[in-house]
Formats: sequence, structure tokens, C-alpha cells
Amino acid sequence: MAVISPLSSGFGLWGPLFWVLAFAIAFIIAFAIWSLGTASYKKGTEQGRPYLSGNPEPEKGAVHIRAGNLYWGYTEGLKGYYDRIVPLHTGIMTDYLLWIFWVTGILLILVVVI
Amino acid sequence: MTWEVITSNLPALLVAVPLFAAFLCPLVGRISPGMRASWVFGAMVLTAAIAYILAFIVYSQGTVIYVFGATTPDLSVPIDSGGIPIRIMFTVDAMSALMEIIAVTVGLGVLLYSLSSDERRSGLENYYTIFLLMIAAVLGMVSTGDLFNFFVFLEISSLASAGLIAYRVEKGVAVEAGLKYLMVSTIAGIFFLFAIGILYGQYNALNMAILAERIQWTPLDKIALVLMVAALATKCGSVPLHFWTPDAYSMAPAAVTAMLVVASQASLYGLFRISFTLYGVALSYVTIGWVIIILGVLSMVVGVTMAIPQKDIKRLMAYHAVSQTGYMLLGVGVGLAVLGDQALLNSYGYTAMEGGIFHIMNHALYKGLLFLTAGAIIYRIGTSDLNRMGGLGHRMKYTMVFFMIGSLAIAGIPPFNGFASKFLIYESVFLFSPVLAIIAMVVSILTLASFVKVFHSVFMGPPLPEHDKVSEVPFPMLAAMGFLAILVIISGLFPQVFIQNLIVPAVHALTNQAGYLGTVLGGA
Repeated sequence: MAVISPLSSGFGLWGPLFWVLAFAIAFIIAFAIWSLGTASYKKGTEQGRPYLSGNPEPEKGAVHIRAGNLYWGYTEGLKGYYDRIVPLHTGIMTDYLLWIFWVTGILLILVVVI
Repeated sequence: MTWEVITSNLPALLVAVPLFAAFLCPLVGRISPGMRASWVFGAMVLTAAIAYILAFIVYSQGTVIYVFGATTPDLSVPIDSGGIPIRIMFTVDAMSALMEIIAVTVGLGVLLYSLSSDERRSGLENYYTIFLLMIAAVLGMVSTGDLFNFFVFLEISSLASAGLIAYRVEKGVAVEAGLKYLMVSTIAGIFFLFAIGILYGQYNALNMAILAERIQWTPLDKIALVLMVAALATKCGSVPLHFWTPDAYSMAPAAVTAMLVVASQASLYGLFRISFTLYGVALSYVTIGWVIIILGVLSMVVGVTMAIPQKDIKRLMAYHAVSQTGYMLLGVGVGLAVLGDQALLNSYGYTAMEGGIFHIMNHALYKGLLFLTAGAIIYRIGTSDLNRMGGLGHRMKYTMVFFMIGSLAIAGIPPFNGFASKFLIYESVFLFSPVLAIIAMVVSILTLASFVKVFHSVFMGPPLPEHDKVSEVPFPMLAAMGFLAILVIISGLFPQVFIQNLIVPAVHALTNQAGYLGTVLGGA
């Protein structure tokens, strides 16, 4: 029975199989509602073309939003944090070693002295 | 009789088989590339079989002791030794067995992938020799019961990893990454060796059990502990000692990166083994527990926030590996912080540790899978730059599905395995400190955001003209990714099976210091 029994944290339960079952039932209901609709889409007609306010459709490569343009707002919002944390990652090996010595020193103070 | 000889020598064979295969690899490689591939894969399958049988014995019968050079393999304390273990000894308890299962399972998938993905490269005899040495080193690290022996395997692992990171050269950039890793590992290794010297000088022993029995928590013992914690936290890539990970993980071949995750986890195992088994309640467990928790929180937050703005797919994933290590440190750190309080340990300490250790297993599977998918993308389009990717979902459908499985798992989305372990961590850590649990949840949301970005950048959008000729990767690479993806799904759908049969015994093996000492020292 361990195979299907839910995982207990001591405070709550997590039953993945029940979750999947619920998900499957929800999917079947959604599919049933969807299939009651009227099929009006005609492939290869004007319906399939993007509406770009009368502008010509750009090249395929030009419409894809590249990784560098994603989450600009997030990084800009946390500019103060990133301005401090990114420069710490210098890529210089001696800096890496210095960090090890610093952390070891702090730990020595914490564990041995205090 | 033969079967008995084999089963009684399984711990030695676990390391001897990959070592033997590694040293003969250059010779076999001269016959033909096909023979070399069969030799390497055969050795890995045999090593995996040994590890699984050994783990089965450990989980069903208890800790297995193997003493090298003794008249019988389980003679840990010879009559004329003065009552202490004097030989090198492997002590394979449930925690060690779990780590072995993880190492060989990921190793199998990774090697299958590598046989296809690295086929076009030169110097493969050296590559597979070092690869098998790395496997042997990781298995040795998680099996040994001797502190100096652990150091030896740690060094083998460092040297092999550095060689594999630098393998592709990449106009010197990979060599630079390998050199950085080697230097950082050397400093960590020296710290560890110095700590061993301190303990040996005081207690005249190197066996972990006898050291654990004699340890006094003197100022020198504290210094030794700090040196070992710093060394192993560096090797497992914990913030702020993580700086080598993005360099090394991004420059190593994808298969090697997946194995580097396992090697880092072997160091994490070392950190836990030393904290719980070597020092145990003798140490100031609240202080050390909080040190591990703080390292964990820093790793989670800095790792994920540094991952989001990355533009190199493997560098991004490397920062996520740092972030996920934080969850393991947090879970086990909470267990350590309440080690001396049995009521708190029963209330949430054990659950937090189960979450942390289950996350080690889950992370090895889904992170291995994600690095392999990154390798598959790079294999086909020749770049790791996310800005030059897009629309690959049209041409690499299977890789996309595997990537989705790995991404959802790492982000802790149900019903994948990452959710199961994070669920245990969230709920138990919340009782210890609600703030820490909230941080862990926010980090998961940021992880999801980061992988949504990668998914969009790589797979979504119209097919790009520059990727017109891109097709799906060869079958062995797909099979390897599929193997890990299936394990991610199974461990997500049936977490209770893994928790009950693998994780709970491992946690109890780790926390039961008296049991460990009793098994090794017996009545001595």
C-alpha cells in the first residue's frame, strides 16, 4: 500500500496519485466542455494570419523575443542588489581563494572563539 | 562458494571494478572505438550491479563493514591491535548505500549519453579513463569509514573532475575553468588534510568510528571541524564558496557536468557524515547547524538570483545547481540544529532531514537530466548562448519534453519529484523558522521563473532560419535523457516508496552515531 499511500510530513499529506487523478478529471471535464463548442476555424484562411495593425509581418527571426530581453523589469527593479552581487563574481581565481580564507576565518571566530 | 566470495567482497569490488576498467581503457581503446565503448559501458553496468546488490544487502541486513587486508572482511578490530581499527575500512550504512545508488544510477545514464554525444571527439581513451576514475572516487568517498581514505578519494575526484572539465579545451577557456577548479580543490584538500593531521595528532587514529568515540570538542577539534566544513562546503559549491561552479559546470562536456553534480553531492555527504557521525552531539550542534542553514539560505538565494540574468544555458543551470544545494543544506542543517533535542528531532528534525536527503537524490536525477538536455541543444546548434536560440521545440520535440520534465521538477511543481522533497522541507522548516520556509518557497518561484525564460528562449517561437538543419539528437542520447526523466516521474508519483525504503533508513543511519560506533567497534 506504500505505493499509493500519500506522503506525510507529519503536519500535512501529499498524494501525487490523487492529484494526478483530480487533474485528469478536470482535463476530461474541460475537454468535454471544449468539444461542445462550434468548430469555426478554417486553416489557411485569413483567420490564421496575425493582426499587426496593417504592418507587414516581420521575419521569423525578428519576432522571437530572445533571452537577453526577458525579465528586464525584474533585473532593473533589483538593480541595487545586482550592482552589488554581480561584481563579486569576478572570475579571478585568487578572488575565489580569498573567499575560502575569509569564510574559514569567520567560521573559526564563530565556532572556536565565541 | 563463488557467489559468497563475491558478496563478501562487494565493497572492495565497488571501487576495484571501475578502477580496473579505467586503467585498461587506453589499452582496450586501441582495439577499436566500439570495443572501448562496450568496455566502458560494461564496466559501468557491472559497477552499478555491484552497488545495487550491496545496497540491497545494507538495507535488508544492516551496515556492511569491509576491512582491507584483514583475515576476514568484517574483522574491524583485530585482537593484537590494542582495541582499535588499524586497517583501511569501508563502512557502508544506509546513507552510504543511498549515495552509491544515486552515483551509479546517474552514472549509467550519463555514460550512455556520453558514448553518443562525445563520439566525435579525440582522446576518448583518456576521457573514459578519467571518467571511470571519477566514478571510483565518488563511490570510495561515500563508502569509506576512514578519514584519510576519504581525503584520498576526494583528491582523486578533484583531479579527475579537473581533467574532465578541461577536456574540450575550447580555446583555453575550458582549461582555465579546469585550472580554477583544481586550485580551489587543492586549497580545500589542504584544509581537509590539515584537519586530519590535527585529529590524528590528538587521538592517534584515522578511523571515523574510533575518532568519534574519542573526540573531546577541544579547541583543536573545533579548528579541525571548521577546516573540514570549509573544505567540503567549497567542494559542494555552497555560497559564498561557489564561484568555481559556474565556470566548471559551463565549460565541462554536458555528461561530465551531470557527474560533477554527483561528485559535489559526495562532498555534501562528507559534510553531513563528519557533522553527524564524526562529531555528533559532541559538537556545538546549534552553532554548526545554523552555520549550515545560513550557507544553505545564501546558496538558495544567491544561486537563483544569479541564475535569472544569465545568458549561457549551462551557466544558468550551474547557478541553479548552487541554489538547489541550498535546499539540502537547509533541510539537513535544521536536523543538525535540533540534534540534541529528541522531542524537536521527532517533531520536525527528522522530516527536515528526510526532505534534505530526498532532495539530494531528486536533484541528482533532474539536474542530471537538465544538463543532458542542455548538452543535447548545444550538440545540435553548436552554441550555449541563449540569445542565439529559439524555436527548437519544432525540431527537437523529445528533448523539449525532457527539458520540461526536468524544469518542472527543479521548480518544485507537482507531481514531479522536486515537489515531494521540497514539500517535506517547507513543512518541517516552517516549524523551525517560518522565515526560512518562506525564503525556500520564494526561491522555488524564482526557479520556475528562470526556467520559463529558458523554455521560452530555447523552444518557443517560430522555427528560426539559422536552425533550419537542426534535428533531434541520436537515440542513445534520447534514451539516457528518457531514463532519467522516467526516474524523475516515478520518484515524483511514488515518493512514499522512496522515503520509506531508502530515505528514512539513511536519515536514521546518519543520526544514529551510537549505532555506527557499535557496528564498527563492536564491544571494543
